[in-house]
Amino acid sequence: MKQEFTISLFSEDHIGILNQITIILTRRQINIESITASESAVKGVQLLTLVVKTTPEMVRKVAKQMEKLVEVLKVFVHSSDEIIYQEIALYKVKTNSLMSGNVIDNLVRTHHARILEVSPEYTVIEKTGHKTEITELLDLLLPYGVLQFVRSGRVAVTKQVKELNAYLREMDDANRFKPEETEIYKLIN
Amino acid sequence: MKTQNETKREDIQVNGLEQITGAEAILKCLIEEGVDTIFGYPGGAIMPVYDKLLDFTDKLKHILTRHEQGAAHAAQAYAMVSGKPGICFATSGPGATNLITGIANAYLDSVPVVFITAQVISGLIGTDAFQETDILGVSMPVTKWNCQVKKSQDIPDTIAKAFYIATTGRPGPVLIDITKDAQIEKLSFKYKKCNYLRSYNPHIPLHTRAIESAAIMINHAEKPLILAGHGILISGAENELREFAEKAGIPVAVTLLGLSCFPSGHRLYTGFLGMHGNYGPNLLTNEADLIIAIGMRFDDRVTGNLKKYAKKARIIHIEIDEAEINKNVQVDLEIHNDAKEVLQNLIPLVKQKSYESWIREFRICDKTEYDKVIKSETKPEAGDIRMGEVVRMVSELTNGDSIIVTDVGQNQMSAARYFKFTTPGSFVTSGGMGTMGFGLPASIGAKIGKPEKQVVAFIGDGGFQMTIQELGTILHYKVPVKIIILNNGFLGMVRQWQEMFFKKRYASTELVNPDFATIAKGFGIPAKKILKREELKDSLLEMLKSEGPYLLDIVIEKEGNVLPMVEPGASVSEVTLNYKS
Repeated sequence: MKQEFTISLFSEDHIGILNQITIILTRRQINIESITASESAVKGVQLLTLVVKTTPEMVRKVAKQMEKLVEVLKVFVHSSDEIIYQEIALYKVKTNSLMSGNVIDNLVRTHHARILEVSPEYTVIEKTGHKTEITELLDLLLPYGVLQFVRSGRVAVTKQVKELNAYLREMDDANRFKPEETEIYKLIN
Repeated sequence: MKTQNETKREDIQVNGLEQITGAEAILKCLIEEGVDTIFGYPGGAIMPVYDKLLDFTDKLKHILTRHEQGAAHAAQAYAMVSGKPGICFATSGPGATNLITGIANAYLDSVPVVFITAQVISGLIGTDAFQETDILGVSMPVTKWNCQVKKSQDIPDTIAKAFYIATTGRPGPVLIDITKDAQIEKLSFKYKKCNYLRSYNPHIPLHTRAIESAAIMINHAEKPLILAGHGILISGAENELREFAEKAGIPVAVTLLGLSCFPSGHRLYTGFLGMHGNYGPNLLTNEADLIIAIGMRFDDRVTGNLKKYAKKARIIHIEIDEAEINKNVQVDLEIHNDAKEVLQNLIPLVKQKSYESWIREFRICDKTEYDKVIKSETKPEAGDIRMGEVVRMVSELTNGDSIIVTDVGQNQMSAARYFKFTTPGSFVTSGGMGTMGFGLPASIGAKIGKPEKQVVAFIGDGGFQMTIQELGTILHYKVPVKIIILNNGFLGMVRQWQEMFFKKRYASTELVNPDFATIAKGFGIPAKKILKREELKDSLLEMLKSEGPYLLDIVIEKEGNVLPMVEPGASVSEVTLNYKS
């Protein structure tokens, strides 16, 4: 059975990592539902958050293949109930349609959205939440004329306590040939 | 004001370090890594490096092949027999893309080769300049790691990293793409070998508890079977495997690339696995109650139909590459470690045992296979020469002590089946990739890697013509390889499939061949064409005794089939022994 999984991949900041990741997914015919790339809490370590729909077996296999890549530090795979995640969306709506009554105002309030910018032509609304909530607000705004709509990829944190640093330290301990000074200790301590 | 002399000295030394060009740095790095042989082909973008090679002829021997693919295969074979990483040079654009088959071949068979390609000057990258290709993008799916260098000062560290990655963990090919300006630019040279990368950890702590569990499973098994793969040879665990098998009394089957890791005359040896492997190990995989897979990856050619594979067995998988564990076959116990380390720790924990009746089952299968297949293949009384009899004769005449190189197809399967290997690492073949044209250039690399050994290559008439130009390399460097063309005038393996699965419709498999002996003579290689069985032995002896290279074109039965066969989609226990069309 296909399920939604969030893959959090920590890697060195190396050109071509994303290419290598997508090669692995393409070979297995897995589509990326959403993707976010940014620097992680550890300086110099990049975090890629990918949402994919596949079987638990397959996600385990591709995660191992990703972790095998030389520049990849650690890969975590989580089902949606194991993480706390958010997406962000921006809605550009015609301002004149907002003037008719306080419908929009109510929508913004009840959906915990906020207004970012108002100009004579348009108003930009921002909403953070799960995909379903974002889509729900979009459906409600559509009758009023949505000029533009964008949503981001997913950002997620895990419910587990163990942090990346602990994994990095473990990996480092496992290394038999200890260099005199490793960059990683400088980063962690 | 500086005098001219001072300026000159400053040019040579900065901070007490020698100032050299990137091209020279590349060669010095290779020397630091213990390299003495390079296979390659020059071209515009890599000319600074080739120019510098002339200054290092005492330390670095460059073998100019006749095509970049040949250089890649030769470098791989060199690595397989010498235990040192192979080195291969090529220029930008077509030079680099011509390597791809060779790189992919080394990747699928886990062989450490450091490929160094040149790139157009950095300012031109991305502009579709002359002989520019995105070789990083092209080689990404078939290299363990690749990297581009645009600044000469990055050369030493990148090469150090490349060697570390290629040779550790599960080995594999790496590619460094170096721009022409980085080859010309000067740098302060300092080399430090790499032995640490935080994102890459090939030294996995030993899973001692898993090893203890494995010992319990082994000690309680009734029909255990060891499947030994290339990992045994890579980690140098041949002696450990033998000690383990002998102590625990467990029969051993090997994969195609595992051939020669266990002596073929040993009482516990059961033969080789896979589509054209031996009858016993294939059939009895489905009877075993415990499978101990060491350094192998359950390739589809080994497992046949996965739904009917080893269903009675619990499986222990000892494998250094975690991504291979549970990839094709779900295992009961995984030991994600180096084969040698695991075996060293496992041997004291297993009980001294023997499985006489279980081993007898293998011997019964051997008898069946001998009667139905091997006898007529190795000792035919009439008819045309068979591949099996040629291979067996070479095996006997060399006492199994020579390096066997093969191409791909029927010649490969016959060599794998009928040569009796005695020395670890004496079989060089293209396994995962199945690259036709591998044999001839690989034989050159193997001979250069182990000059003291007799190197015999079995090549089909089809594959031979895919890289036939490497006869030029043999001529040029007087490489004393013995080439045997098993010539049936067909692309034999494809023809066999057409006969068995495509109603004998021979679409584009029959070949119109040149006279190979005449061609060889043109390259200064003594050669002979053999048509009759009576000439075979003497000709082989003459070939083996000759000092230099030698080519024998042996005319083989036109429509011979390699049997037994686990047909595509069949289970390993559904082995076809007889085939009549």
